[in-house]
Amino acid sequence: MKLDSLIPAPLRKPAKPGEGNGSKNAAPADLKTSPPERPSDTERLTDKAKDAPADVLAWVDQRTAASGFLTGMLYRKVPKGTNWFYTLGSAALFAFIVQAVTGVFLAMFYTPSPTEAYASISHINNDVFLGQFVHGMHKWGSSLMVILIFLHMGRTFFFGAYKYPRELNWVIGVVLLILTMTMAFTGYLLPFDQRSFWASVVGININGTGPVVGPYLSDFLRAGPELGATTLSRFYAIHMLLLPGAIIALIGAHLYLVVKLGTTAPPWVRAEKPKIAAPVSQLDAGAEGNGAPPPR
Amino acid sequence: MDKRNEPEAAAGERPKPLPRGYFEGESMTRRHAFTIAAQGIGGLAGAAIVLPAVGFAIAPIFERGKERWEAVGPLDDFVEDTYRQVVFTETQGIGDAGKTTAYVRKGSKQLGEDPREIIAVSNRCAHLGCPVRFVEAAGNFICPCHGGVYDFVGKVIGGPPVRPLDRFQTRIRNGQVELGPRYSVTSQLEPVRARDPGEFTGGIWEYLYPPRPSTFPPPSG
Ligand code: HEM
Ligand code: FES
Repeated sequence: MKLDSLIPAPLRKPAKPGEGNGSKNAAPADLKTSPPERPSDTERLTDKAKDAPADVLAWVDQRTAASGFLTGMLYRKVPKGTNWFYTLGSAALFAFIVQAVTGVFLAMFYTPSPTEAYASISHINNDVFLGQFVHGMHKWGSSLMVILIFLHMGRTFFFGAYKYPRELNWVIGVVLLILTMTMAFTGYLLPFDQRSFWASVVGININGTGPVVGPYLSDFLRAGPELGATTLSRFYAIHMLLLPGAIIALIGAHLYLVVKLGTTAPPWVRAEKPKIAAPVSQLDAGAEGNGAPPPR
Repeated sequence: MDKRNEPEAAAGERPKPLPRGYFEGESMTRRHAFTIAAQGIGGLAGAAIVLPAVGFAIAPIFERGKERWEAVGPLDDFVEDTYRQVVFTETQGIGDAGKTTAYVRKGSKQLGEDPREIIAVSNRCAHLGCPVRFVEAAGNFICPCHGGVYDFVGKVIGGPPVRPLDRFQTRIRNGQVELGPRYSVTSQLEPVRARDPGEFTGGIWEYLYPPRPSTFPPPSG
């Protein structure tokens, strides 16, 4: 309850039926015999200032009706047994945000031209204030993101969280995994040093070994028969415009489904049977719709 | 279809009034016609954006660069029993990244080649494209990436490569050796259109890895 007072009213946890706080500001019994004290100017100003954040939120809420959605999302029920492994998805999301933010700042100094790309990366690493740090975050963060996604995928797999009705979230997840790998592939060429150049040559040629479509796929990736200037700008555009947009959209869909469907309980948590018979109207659906009796 | 438009109503039901503007024999309601029109126009507008963008992105598949020839040294520089390494520009306009290396020698009578011929072997590994190096002492081409080894004429003698090393067309102009477009060879060293590394040549593979418009026809003969 203490913490609750820090949260602006529109976002506070909705009161359960019968728990309402209507009595807080009850009017005094007789306004004539005991009139309320008149607040001083400073008191009124501080009160106003305290209310300002809530007022702003209320203003937005009156025009968007977003608080119902937000409180529903923030106070949604999670199943018994939810544990640290459930944070791996959010960790992957965090890794993506790190990549997006550091990537934007790298783009401010990077030049996607075959004659200048390498020099611009050296410049970032050697001359720009904190450049090596931001570059390092982006570079190591990319591996971290891939690792976290695989761990998160393992969590959903071993907890059986891919089963009905969450198959579509698994499918979206697979697409996210592929897009993330494509991000890593296209990003690798950008420093344009010997390692990234030859690694991309090898990677593109592996694509080319697919029968019938392979050769055309390589030509598409390279924008021609040889890896060159247009390959670099093509990879750059795919890496910093096309894929991030697609990933953001799909993460949105992924999280929408997580909130809409709720998360799964770990496989070792058994559904509880209601201990007493109760009229259907009093039955709470329980965290997982498992028929757990309502809290008393 | 809007049920109201069907003049015969189910038995026992009162026939619903016909919509305004209805005429005998009309094939769709006004609402339906407008829905189709709006979706059609939306589709056209979408296609007007998407088609050029996609075409723009895949056009390079169908483009062939200009045939380029570059002089790499006087004829006397080259011998028949070993290679001379030359560096020349394969893709123009991108600085050093557009350069490639070839190993060049004269045809050798001992190997049954025409001595007037100039042979230029590409250093692009036929496995996945790393740069191979000619090792004088062994007389072999060796790849640093996955251990591919090729003999003196470029045929595979070890490691993962799937076909011999590519070659470049050659000619002699004003006493200078000139290198031209790249071509690939089959395991019997017959010339075919240039293929990417990793792709087999000859036999059925000529169809499974179709020649791309961006490559040049192989030299005849
Ligand atoms: C960019 C990559 C991804 C992000 C940011 C992401 C984010 C999230 C988040 C925040 C959750 C909430 C529950 C939790 O954290 O465990 C979640 C759930 C889920 N994710 Fe992902 N995810 C990603 C990739 C994947 C992949 C690759 C898969 C599988 C192929 C996947 C499958 C699922 C499934 C099935 C759930 C539902 C779990 C449940 O209901 O218990 N996700 N995701
Ligand atoms: S690229 Fe030469 S052996 Fe793999």
